[in-house]
Formats: sequence, structure tokens, C-alpha cells
Amino acid sequence: MTNPAAVLRAPSRRRNLRRPWIGWLFIAPFGVIFLVFLVAPLVYAFYLSLFSKGLATGTTFSGAGNYVKAFTDPEFLSGIWFVIRFAVILIPIQMAVSLAAALVLDALTTRLSRFARLAIFVPYAIPAVVGTLMWGFLYSPTFGPLTDLFKVVNQSAPEILSSGNIFGGLLNIVVWQWAGYYMIIIYAALRGIDPSIYEAARIDGAGPRQIAFRIKVPMISSAMALILVFALIGTLQFFTEPQVLRPISNGSITSSFTPNIYAFDLAFRFSQFNYASTISFSLGIVVFIAVYIFLFASRKRRGGLS
Amino acid sequence: MKTKSLLAVVSAGALLAALAGCSPDVSAGGGSTDSAGGGDAGSCSNTIVNKDAPQVSVWAWYPNINTVVDMFNKSHDDVQVCWSNAGQGADEYAKFSTAIAAGTGAPDVVMLEAEVVPGFILQDALVDLSEHGADDVKANFSAGAWKDVSSGDSVYAIPVDGGPMAMIYRADIFTKYGITVPTTWDEYAAAAQQLKDAGGPFMGDFGSNVPAWFTALMTQNGQKAWDYESADPQKIGVNLNDAGSKKVADYWQDLVKKGLVDTKDQFNTDYIGGLANGSYATYVSAAWAPGYLTGAGASTEGDGAQWQAAPLPQWDPANPVSVNWGGSTFAVTTQAKDKDLAATVAKELYASDEELQDGVDTQTIFPLNQKMLASDAFADTPVKFFNGQTANKDVYIPAENAYEGYTYSPFTTYYYSELTKSMVSIIDGSKSGSQSLDDLQKTMTDYAKAQGFTVK
Repeated sequence: MTNPAAVLRAPSRRRNLRRPWIGWLFIAPFGVIFLVFLVAPLVYAFYLSLFSKGLATGTTFSGAGNYVKAFTDPEFLSGIWFVIRFAVILIPIQMAVSLAAALVLDALTTRLSRFARLAIFVPYAIPAVVGTLMWGFLYSPTFGPLTDLFKVVNQSAPEILSSGNIFGGLLNIVVWQWAGYYMIIIYAALRGIDPSIYEAARIDGAGPRQIAFRIKVPMISSAMALILVFALIGTLQFFTEPQVLRPISNGSITSSFTPNIYAFDLAFRFSQFNYASTISFSLGIVVFIAVYIFLFASRKRRGGLS
Repeated sequence: MKTKSLLAVVSAGALLAALAGCSPDVSAGGGSTDSAGGGDAGSCSNTIVNKDAPQVSVWAWYPNINTVVDMFNKSHDDVQVCWSNAGQGADEYAKFSTAIAAGTGAPDVVMLEAEVVPGFILQDALVDLSEHGADDVKANFSAGAWKDVSSGDSVYAIPVDGGPMAMIYRADIFTKYGITVPTTWDEYAAAAQQLKDAGGPFMGDFGSNVPAWFTALMTQNGQKAWDYESADPQKIGVNLNDAGSKKVADYWQDLVKKGLVDTKDQFNTDYIGGLANGSYATYVSAAWAPGYLTGAGASTEGDGAQWQAAPLPQWDPANPVSVNWGGSTFAVTTQAKDKDLAATVAKELYASDEELQDGVDTQTIFPLNQKMLASDAFADTPVKFFNGQTANKDVYIPAENAYEGYTYSPFTTYYYSELTKSMVSIIDGSKSGSQSLDDLQKTMTDYAKAQGFTVK
């Protein structure tokens, strides 16, 4: 018995020795791209963020100086405050809409449900820029339908892109754009539930509403956690929609409206690449902290989910 | 076992090779591989006529630049232009800034608005053309136009297109409400009130996204915002809150408060639509406005609008001041391989009679080149947009000739961004016009100091 075991063990040890570099070869295609297009730019941006350069001065090493400046910069902080407020309001709405749509679609079995699924998903398939431009026209007091609608009741239409209303205007666009995508994720998770569980629940006397909220929702909580993390990261990095609406926003979208717009403007309009790198990294830190807090909190509650 | 691992090695290797194979193709599409001066700014959007001549790469966004480049290339054996459109205004500047920071990727010649030239000089991005024969063409331009692109004895760009300001107005609306054409800003405000009282449209628009426009109007009332010279780039004087500027800011805030002017952002479909459908009686604008509006679809014919041009209203009619909004130039970048050749292109592109004529015919540019500007043909051209009014002779040429030039700061884009915030506060009334300029003065002074300038 010992002999064959030894024979078997010998080649396996050799294999273990060979494996590492073959493994590296397998991940090399990915690894090269990962290093060249992700790690290297990150390292370079971090390197840039440690230096400071005024328009009239040379480049000097400032260490953490730029980070101190960033986290005391009212423009950056107001941008951060905006995206946090936006996330706090947006994410629950988005989750509720997509969850409701997914639960309804999951319960329906008619042909209509397939069409409805597609119709809800379509906004996500439209490029963000195109979708935003479209909403820009819908919001327009000159071309949009609002003016006509409000004329019926003899009121003048609200300026949705004014500084007081822009928050809601953007909220609407983002929910419209993403709810379908999240709906698909939740819907897929719902489809993955074993139907025999529903059967058991029905035998136990559960109605459709109880099945939905006591069986389905708890069973897809990991999918919900996933989309929450997606939505959180996406919202903190908010850029495309406000950037596209900027030319028609009558000044309510400023150069520091969101942290990403601020970083973009600093780099490409104000030629401050170093400070822009710092802002980008600082935003990265904020995102990391926010996601960590969320995962930590959800782990405590649900005991190791996600 | 052996064959399996061998296969693994081979396939991984093949993948790597395929990956590596991706990169060398990048340089192939250039089309300017045999060029001597041709830059690394990508492929040409035009056809090269004389293939043996050295090439100079150009970024520009004039709507008729394709025609102009073809004319240039046909008439030149010594040099050929390889043109591409890298975006309009801010988009192009973003790419250019990136190319400067990267140290590679900029074209040889770049189209810039005069207002951003000092900023790029400060980044060592532009060549002093006085060392490359800029004086040869100095006589072609007015003193004001030349001042916009020079600093001391140095010249950093060659002017092409100007933007002398004027007021265009709807003659049909003026007639309907019995308004006489205002020549002073007081008359303008009175006319605005008259329009409103009669239930007419807005007199004009105060949009927060046109800080260059507001700067020009403050300059008209004596603002000398910047004291700056590219030869002494560490020092700058900031004077944004003088009495004249405050008067202008308070004046417009008053018009906004009384509901006499609109507060829409400009250069978007909403605003153009408003101009076309008669929501505004005047558009305080520059010489490029008729061409721009025609291109954007607002014309005299379709909408029954009767546009006319009149000189810009004045603060002191005894001492009229002419100001400028917009306009563009060609500059040579420090990344140009053959700077003399690039300077030749900057001087001669969009400068021949034929090229200028095309610019005028297509209403693309308001030519700063005196060959065209001083010609009778240009002066006497009836402008279709103005129902045949000889607007060049009546309004724009005198305005351009009276323009004395402007000193820009090296951080125009940042200043405009901050001025936009001030304009928003003027519009929403959260600050008085004077107060917003006081705050702007402080913001810009602090910014200049933070950027390492000594503030005079």
C-alpha cells in the first residue's frame, strides 16, 4: 500500500513544481492588460498626486499636502456632500422600483410579461449620453411637453434644471436609466429560487404577498446587496448625466458639482493634473470607505452575506 | 500529461503573441509616414495634393476648413497641410492640454481662441512667432487684433477670425411695439421696460454660461481686469471690482430683477429656438452671430424674423468703446518639428484672397485680415441674414477698427468658471452685482496666489 502511494506522490510533487509558471502563462493575457491599463495608470496617478504644480511655479514634492488640501477644499467637499445625499435618496427609490418590477414580472406568466421585461430594460440599453440628451429635451421649457401640460391648468411649467430642481431632475433620469438593469439582476435571482419552496409555503398557507416578502425577498438578499454596492459606487462617481446637461443647466451645474466633474475640469480645463489626480484618489478613498461601511453593516445583520 | 501541458504552454504563448500583435498596428494608419514636418497628431482628414512636400499637421474646427485646406494645398508646393478636427473650443483645448502634459501628441499648428493663448504660453506650449517671421504679416492686422495675440515684442498666434460686438435686433418686433433703436445702455433699459409694459417679449438675455460676453461688457465700461505679460509670467494684477464693472453688474441684475431680460444659457437649442420664435427683441452679440444663427437654423426667411444690426449700446456716447467677444487664431506648438514651416502655415492658412472669400461667403469668419477687412467688396456685401443690410460697413467694420485689444489672464478657463458662478448669484439675487464682483476679486486673487503668482 505504501509503495503505490509513494509512486503517486512523486509525480504530483513534480506537477506542483511545474504548475506555478504554467498558471502564470494562463493568466498572462489578462495580467498584462490588467497591469498596463489598470495598475500602471493608478500607480502613475498616485505618483502625480504627491506633487504639486502651480501655474506659475515648478513642480514640487508635497507628499500628503494635496490630500490635506483636498479634504479641506470646500468645492470637493460640497461635491462629496452632493453625491452622498444623492445616493441616500436615489438608492432606496431605485431598489424599490426595480424590486417591485421584478416581483411583478416573476409572478406573471403571460406573454405580456416578456414584453414588459424588455420595455423596462430598454432604458439601460440606451447610451447614457443619448438618454440624458433626450431628457434634456423633455425638460426644456421651449420644446418639452411640460409647458403644454401646465398650460392646461394655467400654470407656468417649473424649470427642472434650475438649481432648486436639478436634484430631482437628475434623480429621475438615473432611476429611469438603471432601474431596468437592476430589475434584470433581481429577476434572474428570483428565477434561481427552487419553485418547490413556493409549493411548500403555499401548503403552509402562505398567500402570494407573504411568499413575495417572506420567501422571495430574503432569498435574493445577496443580489440586492450586489446592486446596492453597484449603485453606491456608480452614484459616488456620478459624472455623465450632469456633464451632458451642463450646457443647458443655466449655471446650476458648476465645475465642482460632483467630485468626478471637479477632477475632470481641474485636469482638462484648468491644467492642474496633479491636484486632479489627488481629487480622483480622494474620491476613491471615499468610495472605498462608503462601500466598506455598507458591507460591514450588512455582514453584521445578515451574517456573512455578500 | 505531457501533451496537455505542452498544449497549455503553446496556447498561452499564442495568446500572448496575439496580444502583442495588437500594438504595432497603431502607427500604420497615419498616412503621413513620408512626411518631414508631419506631426504625430494622427491621420489627415483631407487629401494631400503634393505628396512630395513636407507636411504640417493642423487642428482646427472652422466649419469650412476642409475647403480652405484644399485651397491651401493646391496653391502650395513647399508645404502641405494635414488637417484634423480635434473638437471645438474646450474639447480641443482639453486634448491639447493633455498632449502638452504628455510631451507628445500635439499638432504642429493649433487653432486657439485669443483668450486661451496666454494660458498655453505659460505651459510652454506655444512658439514665439516673432522669431519665425511673424512681422511679415503684422501689417495685415489692426493694432487691437495684434495686441490680442502678442505680449511685449513676442507674438504667439496669427489672428484669423474676430468678434467685434454689436447688437442685433428684430426690426419687426421693434416696429410692432414702437421701439427706437437704443444707442446707450440707459435707452436699452428704457426700451426693455417699454416692451414689457406693452406685453412684448424679453429685450435680451443674461445667460450665466457666457462669461466672455459679460467680461466684454464690463471691459466696455472701463474694466482692466488683468495686468499681465507673458514675458514676466510670475506677476499678475487682478482688477475685477472697479466702479465701472460694478455698474455693469448692477445694471444687468436690475434688468433681471425687473424681468426685462431672460436668464437662459446660450448656445443651445432652447436659446436658438427662442431667438427664432421671437422670444427676444435683441441679441447683444458679435460679428459671428449671423453666421452662427444661420448655421443653427434661425434665419430671416423661414421664421419671418427681420434681423438688423446696430452698434453696441454705449455707456458714454461721447466716448464710444468697442469690445470683442470670441475670435480665433492659429498658433505654432512647441512640439512642432519644423517650426519655421509650421509658422509659414500659421501665417498663410486662411489668408489668401480665395480662402478669405470662402470664409466670408459661407459666413464662417469675420476676417481680421485687412486684405479682406479693408476691401470695398467686403464692406459693400449685402448680408442676407439682415435682409440685405450692409452690416459689415454699417456696424462691424467700424467696431473692429475701433477695437483696442485686451489683455487676457493665463487662467481664463478658471476665471470664466468662477465668473459663471458670480453671474448665477447675480441672476438668483443671492448677492448684489457689486458684492458678487467683490467676492470674485477675492476668489481670483487667492487663486492667483495659490498658483504661485505674485499679485501686483
